[in-house]
This record gives sequence, structure tokens and C-alpha cells, in this order.
Amino acid sequence: MSCMRACPTAAVRIRARRAVKLADRCIDCGECIRVCPRAAIVPLTDQMADLSKFDYKVAIPSPALYAQFDSEVFPSIIFSALKQCGFDHVESASPACDAVSIATEIFLNDYRGQYPLISSFCPTIVRLLQVKYPELVDQLLPVLAPREISARDAKLRASRETGLPLDRIGAVYITPCPSKIVAILEHPGMQRSYLDAAVSISDLFQNLAAAISRVQESEHTIDAVESASGLSWAFLGKFPRSLPAENTLSVAGLPNVIRILDDVEKGRLRKYRYIECHACPEGCVGGCLTVENPYLARGKAIKLQQSLPAGCMVDRREIEIAYRKKELLMDEYLAGRPLRPLDEDISKAILKMKERDRILSELPGIDCGACGSPSCRAFAEDVVLEEADKASCVFFWQRDLADRIEELAAFVRTQRQAIGGLP
Amino acid sequence: MPEAFESVYRVLGKDLSNAGKVSTSIKDTLKRLGVHPAVVRRVAIVSYEAEMNLVMYAVRGKMSLSVSRDAVTLHIDDEGPGIPDISLAMQEGYSTATAEMREMGFGAGMGLPNIRKNADEFDISSEVGRGTRLFIRVIQAA
Repeated sequence: MSCMRACPTAAVRIRARRAVKLADRCIDCGECIRVCPRAAIVPLTDQMADLSKFDYKVAIPSPALYAQFDSEVFPSIIFSALKQCGFDHVESASPACDAVSIATEIFLNDYRGQYPLISSFCPTIVRLLQVKYPELVDQLLPVLAPREISARDAKLRASRETGLPLDRIGAVYITPCPSKIVAILEHPGMQRSYLDAAVSISDLFQNLAAAISRVQESEHTIDAVESASGLSWAFLGKFPRSLPAENTLSVAGLPNVIRILDDVEKGRLRKYRYIECHACPEGCVGGCLTVENPYLARGKAIKLQQSLPAGCMVDRREIEIAYRKKELLMDEYLAGRPLRPLDEDISKAILKMKERDRILSELPGIDCGACGSPSCRAFAEDVVLEEADKASCVFFWQRDLADRIEELAAFVRTQRQAIGGLP
Repeated sequence: MPEAFESVYRVLGKDLSNAGKVSTSIKDTLKRLGVHPAVVRRVAIVSYEAEMNLVMYAVRGKMSLSVSRDAVTLHIDDEGPGIPDISLAMQEGYSTATAEMREMGFGAGMGLPNIRKNADEFDISSEVGRGTRLFIRVIQAA
């Protein structure tokens, strides 16, 4: 029942003592995984063994991976350790992060639509908009996520270097959250994701930590494989540098994001040009498939940034050319997928809404969840949609029972009077 | 007369901690009813501006929502100071907001003009010392 209470889109019901997911409401945020006391909800990550189907495996680490270890563990050490874990190549995240920052700047400069633009790098945010704020999807930034650009570039390079066809090369995201896994199967705004698989940071952590201790014993070079700006993608607070800070907002954690999007919808935040939204607390370091506490992880990432090169890892002119060729933009229209209303026919929906409110007025309003719906309101709606039985509410059931006992008692009284005038 | 869903919301003046909740609730209701997203967006803007006017200027008031197949209608009725010169209040940029309201990001003088801009039908009447009434309708394309 923890998962049902935690779900920000009311996508969980308890039916026949099991949690079930309403797929059209789910935004893959992972809150249910985070709170389940029995670890019964398992994300669809790949295991290392599943990756043997590829002849050549490229690891694409989320910048949040670096924040899981102490700040003396440089990215170059983690690169070596990932190779020991079975990857043929590790692609640094920073060049793609820099490319995306530049592309975002260009897009914002050319943009003439409604403000604010909303970041689209967190797949859960994209799904939240599609489901709950379909009228705002046009304000999602259509720039590709760094992980997708890294995957595409790394695969092309590996194919050139090894002579292997692209489909024998696997681009594997080292992910802090389940939403990236779903985005590989079906990426909103893209015909197809460039990533092929995802291994969670938490699944990989033990082997990786062991490999890191082995790397440290031997020699290694402190290559500048990642930059300070690349690492800033691990936590909230990264904007295109050309934007003045007073024109931007940075929001993390779904309840906070929902409050901000409600304000966007009411037209209250038009003076902001760009809003960076993360579903998880503190950004990707707060993903439910990470190991370290997000606040400590953020601190570690900031400390590690100080020892990394500060400059941009890409050539701005090259990025501008790639941008003009549309290589950094989504290739499909991002459409909303609003929740099904109470009825497709608005006249019927109005009747159902009235019925919902009538049922709701009879319910205790304490949102106990014993019926298997997350709130009295959700239960009333489930009853109207014939997905739940009114008798599943313990209060209804109790009241119903009391009524029947009263009816029975009255019946017995009348029968007794009829038979012999007994009192 | 087509079937309509009706709901009445009460708003308290100066109740800034709850300000905006009614318009959020109205917006959620419209979405569950399957009202077109473009209409939802316009009603969201209109109801939010009206709610904030009510919170900032009035003592108390009520917002009555009516949704039918053809239109979304809002009647807003407040007890408050009223508006002495309505045509002035309807001008873009005209505002009587206090310094305190401006500090909170309100008072750009766009509230009423924004409501009229987003409504298909709009009516306003006011009595100084008594209160203000607004009628707003957004038509749903068939």
C-alpha cells in the first residue's frame, strides 16, 4: 500500500491484495520502487549477463554515477573499472552535455513560441507533461538528451574502428532511474532511441566498487575524460550560460515540479524563459536506482568538479553546424497523451462527474486506502467507471450492514406482531 | 438546456496561503470531463486571474463553475471595495496594486485585460463599497 500512497499520478490500485499499475497514468518516476518495504517492485533493467548478445559493448555513464564514490575516485578510474566489469569502451558524458547546452542556447535564441520552455532531458518530466499537462507539451525543449547523443556518437565511432555493423554494438546506459529504461523502449519525440540497454547504478555498484579498488592499486593516468560542466548534469541547476539567472527556474522533486507546472498552466510564469525540471530530489543524483544519499552525492559531485577541467569539451562551430543539420533535435512531434476523461462523450462525462461527487459526499473522506484506491475521490471515480465496487469501502460496508440489521429487526418485529401480538 | 456540471467554490480575501487552489481544482475538473486542452488552458488563465483579484482585493467571494457540452461558464461574485471606474480598470497596465502585492509579482495591470482576452463572452459590473461581479464564458468548439 506504500506504493499506492506514494504514486504522484494515482496510477496504483490494490486489487485482490496485489498492487496493479494503470499503465496510462504511470509516468515511470520510480516512487513506488523507492518506497516499497518489500522490494517487490522491480524495474526492467538489464543485467550484465543480458549484454552478451552484443559483440561490442559501450558504457554511457550517467554523470550521477561519479557522485556515488568519494571525490578522490576520478572519472578515469571509474572508466578503467567499467572496462574491468566487461565493457569494451566507456564514452564520456561531458562532450554531449556541452553540445546540448550550446544547442539549447541556439534554440532559445531562435524560439518565438510560448514561454517558459521546459527541459525534456528527464523522461519522467516528459511523460508527466504528456499525461497531466498535454496543453504544455509544445513548450518542451526539443533538443536531444546528452545520453542519446553520446550513444549515437560512440556507436558510429566504434563501428568505424572495429568494422562491426551498428546492430552488433550495444550502447548501454548506466542509469540512476527506471525512467531512462522505459525511454529506451519508447522514446517520446524520437523514432527510436540510440541506446540499446540500461544497467542500473545500484545493480552494478558492488562489482564496480571492487574493480575500482583493483584499479587504484595499479597505475592509471588522470585523463581529462569528464569536465566540470558535464558533471553538473548530475544535479539540478544547469542552464545555458547565455541566459540571465533571473529568467530561469530550477525545480526538482515531483511534488514541486507539479506545483510549478500548475503555475505555468495558469500563465503565471511567462516572464521565465526556461525551466529545468527533474523528477527526483536534487536531480539525477536522487534517482531511485542510485546508492548514495542524494544530498551527499551532490556534495561529492561539487567537490569532484573542482578537480576536473572547467572548459568546454566541444568546438562551438561544429555544434552549430550539427544543430543546423538538425542532428541535435528530436525527430518526431511530441504529442500529449492526456488521461482518458470520465467519458469520451462530454455529456456523459458530466453525468458521471455528478455521480462521482454524489458518491464522494457519502464517503468518509479520510483517504484510508483500505478499498484499494489511493483516495476517496479516486475511489468514487473508480466506482463510476465500474472499476471498483462500492462495497469495498469499509465505511459503506459497515453502514450497509447496520442498515440491514435494522431492516431485519424491523421485519422480525412486524412478524411477531402479526403472529400473536407479542411485544 | 444541455446537461451541466456545476460547482461552487468559496474564496477568502487575503488568504494568500490558499490562493490559486480554486483555479487548480477547476482545471483538474475540466480535464476529467474531457474538455479540450486549449479551452482548459484559457479557463485556467481566466480563473486564476479572477481568483487572485478576489484574494487580493475582496473580503470574500464565490466562484461558480458550470460546464456543459457547449461552454465553460464562470460567475464570480465578491463582497469588497468594488471598482469605481471599470473602463480604466480594463486598460492594460492600469493597476491599483499595493507595494506589497507588487512585491509578490502581481499588479502588472494585466488581470482584467487578460481575462477579457481569453474569454469568448465577458461581462463585468461593480458597485463601489459593495462588490464586483464577473461573467465569463469560454465556448467549446463543437
